[in-house]
Amino acid sequence: MQLAWLTPRAVLAAAWPEKAYSTKGFDEALNDLFGASNPTESKDVTIKAPDIAENGAVVPVTIESAVAGTDNIAILVKGNPTPLVANFKFDGAQPFASTRIRMGKTDNVIGVAHAGGKLYMAEKQVKVTIGGCGG
Amino acid sequence: MSTIKMRISAAGDVLDIKSLIEQVMESGRMKDKATGKLIPANYIQTLTVSVNDKPAVEGNLSVAVSKNPYINFKVPGKKGDKVTIAYTTNLGKSDTATQTA
Repeated sequence: MQLAWLTPRAVLAAAWPEKAYSTKGFDEALNDLFGASNPTESKDVTIKAPDIAENGAVVPVTIESAVAGTDNIAILVKGNPTPLVANFKFDGAQPFASTRIRMGKTDNVIGVAHAGGKLYMAEKQVKVTIGGCGG
Repeated sequence: MSTIKMRISAAGDVLDIKSLIEQVMESGRMKDKATGKLIPANYIQTLTVSVNDKPAVEGNLSVAVSKNPYINFKVPGKKGDKVTIAYTTNLGKSDTATQTA
C-alpha cells in the first residue's frame, strides 16, 4: 500500500499490553488485561479446537461468545511460557475470533470473554503430538 | 506487495473477513541452528480491522500465534464497504491493506 501513511492514526493506535503478555501467571495476565480474574465457566462461551493436534505449531482455535455485552475475547494456554496468546476488542464486530496458535504440549486452550466487567470462560483440551515451541 | 491477504464474503449486514498475514512470528526463544545464537523476536503485536476507517476489531497477537497468522472475524458491513487491516510488530514495522467488500 503506497498510501499507507495516509491511513488515519486511529487505525494504528491499538496499544500493546506488555505486562499481560510477559507474565507467566494465568490470573495475572487476565488481571493486567481486564482488571479482573477468576473467570466463571459458561456454556455461552464456545471454543472450537481439535481434539488432537499433530503439529503444535499450528492449532486452529475459534472462540465465540453469546454472553450479552461481550466486548473482549482472549485466548490463553495455561502451560505455555506466557499463557496469554491473543486478545481482541470488538467495536460493533461480533464477539467471534478465529486464529491459529502454538502449543508446546498437551494442554487446555481457554477462551475468556469479557462482558460487563465480568469474565466468562470455556476450555478444551488439545492433545499435542509434536510441540510447537522447539526447533 | 502487501504482506496482508484478505478474503471478504458479505452476507446481509455482516462481512466475514478471513486474512493471512505473511510474518515470521519469531518468538525470540529459538536458536539459529547455524550460529547457535538466539533469533531476535519479531512478531505482530497489534492488529486492527476497520470498516470504512472505523475500527471494528482491535487485537493483540503474541509469539504464541502461529507463523504467518490466519485470522477470521465477523464485522458489521455490506458489499462495497472498505475493509482495512493494519498491524504493527514489536520492531515497529507495520503494514496496511485495504479491500472493498
